[in-house]
Order: sequence, then structure tokens, then C-alpha cells
Amino acid sequence: MEQTLELLSLSPPGWGANLLRGLAASIQIALGAFGFGLIIGFFGAMGKLYGSPWVRDLLEVYTTVVRAVPELVLILILYYVGTDILNNIAGAMGRGPVEINGIAAGIWVLGIVQGAYSTEILRGAIRAIPPGQTEAARAYGMPRALMARRVTIPAMTAFAIPGLANLWLIATKDTALLAVVGFSELTLETRQAAQTTRAYFTFFLAAGFLYLMVTLFSGVIFARIEKWARRGQPSHRGG
Amino acid sequence: MKLKTTLTAGVAALALMTGAAMAETVKVGIAAEPYPPFAAPDSAGNWTGWEVEIANAICEAEELDCVITPVGWDGIIPSLMGEQIDVIMASMSITEERAKQIDFTDHYYKTPAVIVTAKGSGITPDDAGLEGKILGVQASTTHQAYAQKHFEGVASEIRIYQTQDEANQDLYSGRIDAVQADSIAMADFVASDIGDCCEIVGAVADDVAVLGQGVGGGVRKGDDALRETLNKGIAKILEDGTYDEITKKYFSTTIYSK
Amino acid sequence: MMRAMLIPRRLIMLGLFAAFVVWCAVSMDWSWLPRYAPLALDGLWVTIWLLVVTIVLGFMLAVPLGLAQAIGPWYLAVPARVFCTVIRGTPLLLQIWLLYYGLGSLFPQFPWIRESELWPYLRQAWPYAVLSLTLSYAGYEGEVLRGAFASVQKGQIEAARAFGMPRHKIFFRIWLPQAIRSALPTLGGETILQLKATPLVATITIVELYAVAGRVRQDTFIIYEPLLLLAAAYLVIAGIITLGFRWIEGRGPRMSR
Repeated sequence: MEQTLELLSLSPPGWGANLLRGLAASIQIALGAFGFGLIIGFFGAMGKLYGSPWVRDLLEVYTTVVRAVPELVLILILYYVGTDILNNIAGAMGRGPVEINGIAAGIWVLGIVQGAYSTEILRGAIRAIPPGQTEAARAYGMPRALMARRVTIPAMTAFAIPGLANLWLIATKDTALLAVVGFSELTLETRQAAQTTRAYFTFFLAAGFLYLMVTLFSGVIFARIEKWARRGQPSHRGG
Repeated sequence: MKLKTTLTAGVAALALMTGAAMAETVKVGIAAEPYPPFAAPDSAGNWTGWEVEIANAICEAEELDCVITPVGWDGIIPSLMGEQIDVIMASMSITEERAKQIDFTDHYYKTPAVIVTAKGSGITPDDAGLEGKILGVQASTTHQAYAQKHFEGVASEIRIYQTQDEANQDLYSGRIDAVQADSIAMADFVASDIGDCCEIVGAVADDVAVLGQGVGGGVRKGDDALRETLNKGIAKILEDGTYDEITKKYFSTTIYSK
Repeated sequence: MMRAMLIPRRLIMLGLFAAFVVWCAVSMDWSWLPRYAPLALDGLWVTIWLLVVTIVLGFMLAVPLGLAQAIGPWYLAVPARVFCTVIRGTPLLLQIWLLYYGLGSLFPQFPWIRESELWPYLRQAWPYAVLSLTLSYAGYEGEVLRGAFASVQKGQIEAARAFGMPRHKIFFRIWLPQAIRSALPTLGGETILQLKATPLVATITIVELYAVAGRVRQDTFIIYEPLLLLAAAYLVIAGIITLGFRWIEGRGPRMSR
């Protein structure tokens, strides 16, 4: 027991600080990817609902492919493709290779994956808005951008929250996959600590506990957001 | 892919012409998975080990501004080609297969390949000893190539691990009967707490075609300026005693042979 | 389905896609394919085997988990709830490594394990792969079935009871089929998620489809070709699963809701 505490202590020779550093990296990547995914998702949903047939078909291909191919494979493809593209652009501009920050790369690859799921969730949420609300806005002659900001986004938020909460949890857990490509996040830090000290159970359980805390804490936050987003709505349970 | 190689070559040529290559930082890629005593992180996150020190010594000798960059072993050659790193110094043996993809510096260490088993297993490092046993090797190493060439069909299974550490762990837990790996890394392993289970039973018969000509630094094809600078650095530290000094800190024997 | 593809726009897209495939076939490096084809087929088989076995086992475990949460007494409901939360709240990769390396580091401390008859199996990697994937599927599906069991209308159960049906018959004839039926639309999705989880076991030395592609990449240093083929293979498998579930859903009695 004492030995375990020593291994997990925050100052070296303990590895607690490494785990927390990994956790911070994981959360940063998850937040970035979730946000990036939301942006893709918003435009994706708009494209699927109001875009030209071409746009709709292309988006359909995007969401289908991303949702059918394992994240691990997508991560590898996007990682290599992303760095190749960046380097080619830099090369064409006569610059040297671009420094690729692990966190940025993680956000890029997971964001693209998240974007596909976001697209579907937001599309569903927009369609769930009672049509009268958008019709009223249009009747007032509201410009499209203003309508999106004032009517569509606030109204769809309540419908989108449960799906997005789930998606956020997927984002936090998917960061673990980046360990396989050697990004320093919680799972890789855990594994390095476990391999060096041979205390596999201790470290994997500790990391599991950290992930679980993130999950449970997120659950509380999202419940609050949902309550806030549903303010003023008739109290029916749906979504 | 072809387009990319041309582009890369173009960029390299441009860098040569302007002569700006030297002033830039050189990213030295090491494997992100611990490989003691060559490279392993401490709990403060700093990478130490024989190879890390040698890399730094070479850079110092040639006044290169080097940054140690851990990259997953699995993707280390693609990372080199994708220019996330400039040179691989991750105990990578110089083999023909790899030389088709990347260029190598002169070798900076060379050690035999050995078989490690549980103590008293009676396994010998040859066909007779490994017959019907499970042999573990690390993926995309010379040992994997060797095992598949010589022990395929002899051993009951050749199990391939992403990292040496995982293979060692499974040898310790008895999931595999033997491991083929580098003698130095294994000497370090059997001297460790968990390695107490196991012993080195001897070197496998040499086969230069697959075991290669020692460990060298890997650079992108055509990156001759860096390769030659590193060669000069390797020669320099071998000559002025820096190499031996670092080696003495980690090993009791020499690990360099021509 | 076929007619939807015959719109000019889609024909152009299909044409572009065909051109892309041809371009891939011609200008990329596929010389490795014949050499690795047997290994790839073995890998495909392992992937499908893992998928089917863990889904069947996982589902069998998910039924009691869902039931315990929906109607069980608290001493069953709470552990089931905790199990599902833990499985769903932590990354699968971590669970796989915990089981494989964690148990692997424990075994040497108990010599009797090595002497037991189970040891030849415990040495292999697949029991850990099957166990972790099964537990994961059970955790997610248990949550789905909890809702499904709770949604079966009380009136039907009461009617069955009024007919004097024995309890196990009520369960197997009425409750379970209806719960499965209402869970069916999510089952297809969960199955594809499970397919997407299988590559993770490549990290514990299982040689399935993803591991084969990894080996090609490591042996030949060819990056994109094996990955593209791998992605295509998963797309096809996912497509077959989707069609399969659509077919199952289309059969069976239509329910009036």
C-alpha cells in the first residue's frame, strides 16, 4: 500500500505528476477535437439540410466513411495525410518542414472523426426545432446569419445536448487511441510509468479512475447545461 | 508518394544551396517506447540512456542544435520521411530492406543477437532448442526478420510485439518461452528485478544479410549534408574518448566493433 | 436503392470514384499484395471471429445486466449499474491493457496458475482479447437493454400473467423478444462500434486485419496503400452488417405503436 502511494506521489520518484500531465494533454486534445468537431458538425448539418444535392451527397460520404472505419485506422491515415499536406504546402512556399505539435495533430485527427458524429447530431437537433419558430423568424425578414444566431442555434441546443454529451465522452476516450501512434497523453504516460516500474495494475487502475472521474464530472456539467438550455421550454421530457 | 519524394529532394537541394541547413535545429527521433539502457524516460519526463547521451555527444561534437524527439517506433520511418524528425537514432540496425527507404550513417554500435529464456529452461539458441517453443520478437526489427527466416516452422509460433518491453513482460509472465533480441538490451533486462526470472542462453548464428551491419543513424535519402556531418561526429567521439566514457557509464564491455 | 444511384449527379460521382480506384490501382504500389494476401485473409477471419464471438457472449451478458438494472433488487441493480458505468467511462484500450498486462504481471506470483490445465490458454493472447471485447460490448449493450426492458408495456406482462403463464415463459416469450425488438435499431450501430473496436487488440499481439496492415507497413515502409485497403475492408464489412440488420428488422411482425 505504502509502495503504491509512493509510485503515485506527485513528485519524482512518484509518477503521479506524469499521469496528471497526461490527463491535462488528454483533456486539451478532447476539448479541441470536440470544438473542432462542433464547427465541422454545424456546417455539415447546414450542408446536409440546406445544401445543394452535391454538397449533401459528399457530406453523406464523409459521415458514412468516418462512422464505418475504425478510429485507429482513420487516425493513422489522417495523421500521415495531414503531415504530408502541410509539408507539401510548406515546401511549395519554399519553407522547411512544419513543426507539428502533438496536441494540434491530435485535435486535427480526432476533430475530423468527431465532426461526422456532430453533423448527424446537429442535423437531428435542427430538424427537431418546431418549424413555426424558424418560419416566424423568416416572416420577420430576419437575415440568415442572424436567424442562425438568434433562433436556430439557441433552439436546437436543447435537442442536441444529450447527443453531444455522449460525443464528448467519446472524445475523451478516443484520445487514448493516440497512445498507439505515440502521442503523449494519459494512456501513453500510464503505460510508460507501468512499464518502467512494472506496477501495471496500480497505474492502469489509477488511469481508469482518472478517466472515470472525467466522465462522471462531465455528466454533472452536461446535466446543468441541459437544464439551462431547456429553460423556458414547456417541461416535457424528450430530445 | 512520388510527388512527395521529388518535393522533399527539392527542398533538401534548396537548403543545401543556401547553406542554411546547419544553423537549424536537428530533430533526433528516438522511439517513444522505453528501451533501456539505450533510451528511457525518468519520472520527470526527461529521456536518458546510452543512446541519448551518444546522440547528444555527436551533436555537440559537430555543433548541431539537437532536440530529442520521441516518436512511436511503429511510425518512426514515416515520421522521418514526413520530416517530423531529421534523424533516427533508435537502435535501428542497418539492413538492406531499410536502406531502400532511408540512408544510414556509419554504425555507432554493433552487438550480437541473443536468445533469452526462463532460467533452467534448457533451450539452446538454435533450431533444436527452439523447436515447438513460442519465440517473441519486436516488430520491424532485424530480430523479427531473422526469426522469420530461420525459426519459422521450427518454433511453434513467432509472436511479434510492438516494443521490446512488451516481449520482456510476456517472457517474465511465461506467456512465451524465449525472446530474441539485442545482447546489450537483454543483459540489462536479466540484471533487472523482473529479469531475475530469465537468462541469456547464447547468441544466434550470425547472418549479416538480415542482422545487418550494426546500428546507425537513419536520415532521409539525399540528406547527405546531415549524414556526413553525423559521420564526422561519430568518428570524432570515437576518437577523443567521449564514446568510451559514455559507454563505461552504462556497460561493462565495449559495444563497438568495426 | 439502385434507382437512387442512377441520377446523373450520382453517376458522375460514381465515375469519379471509379477513376480514383483506377488511379489507386495503377499509380500506387501494390507489389506487396500477393505476398501478404494469405496473411490478410487470416487476419480478416480473426477479425470476423472476434466480432461474432464477442457480440454473442457480450449480448448474453448484457441481458442479465439490463434486466438487473431495469427490474432487479438493489443488490443486483447497483453492481450492474457500476459495471456499465465503469466500462462506458474508461477507454477500451486501457481495459485491454489492464487485463493483458495487469494479469500477466500477476501470474508469475502464483506458481499454481502455471501448473494448472488452463495455463496453455492463459498464455495465449486471444482469451484476453475476447474477455475485454465481451465485457465492453456487455457494458454498452446492457445500458441499451435496460431501457428496452423498461419500455416493454406493463399491460402485456399483466395479460400474460392473467393467462397463468409461468414466469420464465413470460420472460422468453414476451419480455425478451419485445426488448430485443425495441433494441434492434441500436444493435446494428453497436455491432459496427464493436467492429471498430477490434483493431485495438492488435496491441496485445493478436494478428487481425489491422495488425496485418501494420505489418505490411512495417516490413515494406509503404504507408498509404495498406491503410486505404484496410479502410475499404472495414467499409465493406460495416456495409454488410448494416444491410444484414436492415434485413432482420424488415422481417418479423410489424408492431403497431
